[in-house]
Parts: sequence; structure tokens; C-alpha cells
Amino acid sequence: MYLTRFDAQPDSFEELAMPLFDQLYNFAHWLTRNREEAEDLVQETYAKALKGFSSFQVGTNFRAWMYRILRNTFLTSRTGLNATMTLSLDSEEEEPELPGDGETPETILMERSNLQLVQGTIDELPAHFREVLLLCDVEEMSYQEIADTLSIPIGTVMSRLSRARKTLRDGLRLQFQKG
Amino acid sequence: MVCESWKAKLDTYLDGELPSEEMRAFDDHVHNCPSCSTNALTRVVAKRAIQVAGRRFTPSAEFRRRIQQRVAPKPRRSISLGWMFAAAAAVVLIVGVVTSNYVGTRSGSGQVFSEIADLHVVTLASSSLVDVISTDRHTVKPWFQGKIPFAFDLPELQNSEFSLLGGRMTYLDQTPGAHLIYDVRKHHISVFVFQARSLRLPAGQNDNSFTPKDVSFNMETWSKDGLRYFVIGDASAADIDSLAKLFKGVT
Repeated sequence: MYLTRFDAQPDSFEELAMPLFDQLYNFAHWLTRNREEAEDLVQETYAKALKGFSSFQVGTNFRAWMYRILRNTFLTSRTGLNATMTLSLDSEEEEPELPGDGETPETILMERSNLQLVQGTIDELPAHFREVLLLCDVEEMSYQEIADTLSIPIGTVMSRLSRARKTLRDGLRLQFQKG
Repeated sequence: MVCESWKAKLDTYLDGELPSEEMRAFDDHVHNCPSCSTNALTRVVAKRAIQVAGRRFTPSAEFRRRIQQRVAPKPRRSISLGWMFAAAAAVVLIVGVVTSNYVGTRSGSGQVFSEIADLHVVTLASSSLVDVISTDRHTVKPWFQGKIPFAFDLPELQNSEFSLLGGRMTYLDQTPGAHLIYDVRKHHISVFVFQARSLRLPAGQNDNSFTPKDVSFNMETWSKDGLRYFVIGDASAADIDSLAKLFKGVT
């Protein structure tokens, strides 16, 4: 969906929203895996946010609000619908946190510092793991912010994050063994 | 084992999300347990690697400008003055037709210089000025390896008034480039480096060093060894020229 005109014009929206532009685009590109779709997604996010800005509650988390709009918009897109079909049906809330592995492929990262290897492994994560990992480690959101953004309980954030990290470690280990 | 219960919470600890009392207990344990401290260190390195790898995609300047224009507050218009806008539009149309040829010959360079000025301003307004923070050129230069499709040299700044703040990736005309930020007497100066063949500068401006006139900052640009350099900032023209000369000395 292409939007060519934004209607509402609150003075402070631009000041609040534009500093988030780079990180929202980065997140959108990770979700869509495509530059043009990422641009469409960010454009639609800003259009929706501007239009609904009057309903934004001052004092609540604007960043989480913007990310939630972006993510919900993504989920209703064709790419988003395809991505969510891969979502595990496991009851995440009931899963205990996973303990750390005995072997630590992080040492591989220390020794090799291979940026492309890490990017490729993140890219291969299922969408619901990729997004929670990026929100935590790249956007440095708190668990509460992530819960607000993804509209899930904090317990689910923790278990999903734990699983995402384990999957990433397993993926890195696999790549390392291949290499 | 006691450590197993700690390991299960290691990531939560490193995310700073354990209750404060548990954080303190974990701190004490990590400081006294070689196994957990090693695990904690490697997890921190992994988090950092994910953070760096996750900052992968940068929006184009053109896309940023498009969104910026749409979210910028627009001046309110009076409906009763609608006819005046119609008349003004007609005048603009006539003037546009008459001057289109002249403007067409200027728009190529003007657009590039304008975009360079936009990139400079947007970066200074950004919450994260640089992606690699270092005053050491031997740290900043290698950071660009694998990110841009060319190599370039940075000048030695000893005995000069300039200091390097760091660098970041940038894009101009869909082309990746290096953006370096220097400081001189509290003025930030941007140095942009792109592959010359990737930029659409009009004939006659491709190879020479010159100072664009229609830019609201002091700017100097030149091309050498296949690379196009832009130095821009609100510092004096003399400072811009001095920094440009330092770069020309190493290129």
C-alpha cells in the first residue's frame, strides 16, 4: 500500500518520530528482507503513526508504540503473513529458560569476528526469534518494552529470547563446523 | 551444581533484567567463579557481535527526505486564498517553462551538493553521530572494510587543529560511501568519500577541485584516483580548505 498524503500535522510528531527513522528502517529491512518492502513498511508505519498520533498517550513509550505499529503492519502484509506461518505452536509461556550450552560458539565470534556469518545466521532465524533478538540486542529495549512492542507477556519475551539465542548459537556452531 | 542455576539466568543477568538483589548476588558469584565469568565474558562478546551485525541496513537519503517531507508540519492555508494559489501556480508554470532549460543544466550538480548538505545536517541531528567512535584513523579506516567497495586513506592530524570523531556508512545516489566526522573549534565537519564514477556530476565538474557556490555551508570537493571527496561544514572556508588539503596530501 502506497500512501501519498499525510493528513494530521501535529508539531511534535516529527521531532519524536524522525530520530527513530534509521532504526525503524533497519528493523523493517530485517523483517522483510527486502529494501523496497522495507521502505513501504516504514512509509506505511509513519503514515499510520502520524494519523493516530492524537491517540498516543503522552508519557507512555513512544518508541515501543512506533515499533508496535511497524510490526503490526508487517504482520498484515503478505511477507508478514508468510513469516508468521512458521511460528512455533509450542506453549512458550510454559517453557523454562534454557540453560547455557557447554560449548560456546561465542568464542568463535571472538576469534573470527565474522560479521557476515553472524548476519547470515540471524537472517536464517524464524521471524519471531529474529525480531525479539534484534529488539533486545540491537535496539537495546528492556523486556517490558519488547513485551509492549510485541504485545506478549514478559515471560514469553524471556523464553522466546532464550530460544532465539540458543537457535543462533546452534546455527553459528553449524556454520563453524561447515567452514 | 550451583553454577547450573546461574547459567540458566546468565542472559537475563547480562540484559540487566534480574531483580536488583539477584543482580548483586550474581555479580558476587561471577567475580568468584572462573567458569561463570568466562561464560559471561563470551556472552557479552556475542551480544556485542549481534549488536554490530544487527545494524546492517541504512535507509537512502532520498527515502529519508521523502518521509521527512511528509511528516513535517505544513503551514495552514486559507481556503479564501485558493484563487491566489491558482494564479501563482500559473505564473510558476510559465516561469518554469521559460527557465526549464537553464535549470536542467544546473540540477545535476545542485542536487548532489544539496544531498551532501542534507546528509551532513541529518547526521548532526542524529542521536548517534557516528557508528565507529574513535579518534584513531587506524581504528576508523579498517572499520569500513567489507562495508564499502573501495579503500581510502585518512590524514595524520598531529600538529593540526582537527580531531577525528569517528565514521559511519552513508549512501548517495544509491551508492555506499564513507562519512567521516571531524571537529575543529566546536564545529563539526563532514568528509564524504564515494566512488567518482558512481556519482552523476555534470561534465566539467568531474575531475577538478572546486567550491560549490549554491550550498548553505562551506564546501569543497575534488576527485582523485577514482574517488570523489566532499568536505562540508559550518566552519570557516579556511578550515574547510585546510582539512581538504590534509586529505589531498594523502590521496
